[in-house]
Amino acid sequence: MSLFSLRPAKRPLRRVVLLGATSAIAEQVARRLVAQGASLYCVGRQPQKLDALLDDLNVRAGSAQRIDGSCADLTDSARHAELIDAAEQHLGGIDAVLIAHGTLPDQQACSADANTALEQINTNALSVISLLTHLANRLEQQQHGVIAVIGSVAGDRGRQSNYVYGAAKGMVAIFLQGLRNRLAGANVAVVTIKPGFVDTPMTAGLNKGGPLWATPERVAQGIVRAMHKGANVVYLPWFWRPIMLIIKHIPEALFKRMSL
Amino acid sequence: MTPLSWNRLPKVTPNATYALTQRGAGVPDRLPRPLLAHGNGRSYGDVCLTEHGTLLLTRGLDRFIEFDPERGILRCEAGATLADVLALTVPQGWFLPCTPGTRWATVGGAVANDVHGKNHHVAGSFGHHVRHLTLWRSDGSVIHCGPSDPGGWFAATVGGLGLTGLIQQVELQLMPIHNPWLNMASWRFTNLDAFWPLNREAEANWPYTVAWIDCLARGSAQGRGILMAGQHAPAQARLPNFKESRKRMPIDPPFSLVNGISLRAFNALYYRQPTHPAGTLSHYVPFFYPLDAIQHWNRIYGRRGFYQYQCVIPPEAAESATAELLNAIARRRQGSFLAVLKTFGHAPAAGMLSFARPGTTLALDFPNRGRATQSLLADLDTIVSQAGGALYPAKDARMPAALFQSGFPQWEAFSEFIDPGFSSRFWQRVTP
Repeated sequence: MSLFSLRPAKRPLRRVVLLGATSAIAEQVARRLVAQGASLYCVGRQPQKLDALLDDLNVRAGSAQRIDGSCADLTDSARHAELIDAAEQHLGGIDAVLIAHGTLPDQQACSADANTALEQINTNALSVISLLTHLANRLEQQQHGVIAVIGSVAGDRGRQSNYVYGAAKGMVAIFLQGLRNRLAGANVAVVTIKPGFVDTPMTAGLNKGGPLWATPERVAQGIVRAMHKGANVVYLPWFWRPIMLIIKHIPEALFKRMSL
Repeated sequence: MTPLSWNRLPKVTPNATYALTQRGAGVPDRLPRPLLAHGNGRSYGDVCLTEHGTLLLTRGLDRFIEFDPERGILRCEAGATLADVLALTVPQGWFLPCTPGTRWATVGGAVANDVHGKNHHVAGSFGHHVRHLTLWRSDGSVIHCGPSDPGGWFAATVGGLGLTGLIQQVELQLMPIHNPWLNMASWRFTNLDAFWPLNREAEANWPYTVAWIDCLARGSAQGRGILMAGQHAPAQARLPNFKESRKRMPIDPPFSLVNGISLRAFNALYYRQPTHPAGTLSHYVPFFYPLDAIQHWNRIYGRRGFYQYQCVIPPEAAESATAELLNAIARRRQGSFLAVLKTFGHAPAAGMLSFARPGTTLALDFPNRGRATQSLLADLDTIVSQAGGALYPAKDARMPAALFQSGFPQWEAFSEFIDPGFSSRFWQRVTP
């Protein structure tokens, strides 16, 4: 903090790795970062989507910015180290990482079949924990950086309508708490992002509209701001914080009878 | 939430909506047909609506594909808005060579309605600046076409109201500018007779011209108004600062705030605004898009919505028919807030169903007062039809089929190009 400013300095986001970059929220984050002058390394699963994203970002970027990426299925944790190496090489260093990949599972399918449930836990939690372990060690060594992960308000409390997704997001949130604690002395910020309902293709099956739904643009704006600040836990939009505070404090005896 | 068009009329619900996010991915077979693309809902009426089948929401297709800053050629997905394009290209010295009065329309919508701007007399319509289109057909094929396409797909799709298939990509030729500003001038004219010579002179000297008319004024003041003209400012202009004002219409009143009293007051004040015969500088945003400054301005017309009415009258009949139209409106005291008068140039139409053609165009809007409004519009139809004119499909929710067919004589030839898996409420209304 400078002597003359009450605000802590913004953390630089000049070289950023986006994992799950073709998700609707990550794509908006990418546009915002590129507009601020960042170089990006984007990892996505589908080659056509990734190419479309990279073309678009290249049109937006200035001549000194580097926009690159590669195609990978992030549930394959054997490739994680190699991917992070490639990103570091392309960017010439890493200032920040956003982990944005994930799926919204059908709870009924997960309830019916244990393998489906485990697959979802693998996609939404275990693959994230693997990536985080690799990234934490590198950023800790370089003594600066931002690690941001898109979680969900669903991870704050288990509900019958999507507790497999909620459990995965909750696991990641607790892992991030520990990581934040570990890296606090290493000048590495660990940002847990908890969006509410966002109008994206992932939520195509839901009935949308109404005041609780946010656009990916709005959520992306909040994510970039939180990453610059090095915030800890961010609800997006902000009103989910009081909503989840109430939901978390409903006594279990009552909660278990509610249809949520 | 059911998608609407900008005038919020008619309110119809499709069987399904489907948000497109990936260009080239096509549309799943399970979705009910017919299909119709719906961009940012900036057209008025029902060219972007359907009561059957599936509305394809195209705003997720908003990526840039390639931009050549040397030549000003941009390729993008069709769901990008004109605002998206301008934000990218204006700082690099390129402007849309043709722009409608809102920058929230999508590029695909601008093509499908072959929109025009204040510079039609020198630049033609939007379709004249499209170099290439990618069209997805419901049989899974993809058609690539440009202005020299011998198959006719290009001429059918430009102004084709989204009926020839889904426009996925558009390549545009932009025009060079030196900065985001315009030299503009404005003059007050005391009645319609004074407008014509003033307008002729302005058109000979300026690339952009448009007039606002006080359509409540009667007698010797009938057709009084303000003529505005502009040109892109030179490189060495001394430019002021510009900060865009962002206001929004926060509520959705149950009735229209545009009524006899508010209109009379507005028009009287607007007519007396200071004019700039000697010229001044204006940033491109307020010059081209004055209404974009108020988000949701369409709410001022209340929940019942409003009708736009835009006609074009051939040159021979323009002066007399325009006077008759203003007479009819003033007689019924249903004045319009935004009465806009402009003459088109002689560029041959870019599309088979293009609206812009030689003549004078008058654009009006009226709060929806049910029968009273319908019967006024029917009176206006008679005048337009007798003068050999046409109405603008992009701004129509009610024109009779006969008026469409007489105004767009190529409609039958056009219908050969319609994708059998596509339709709109508009098309079902104006054709057998």
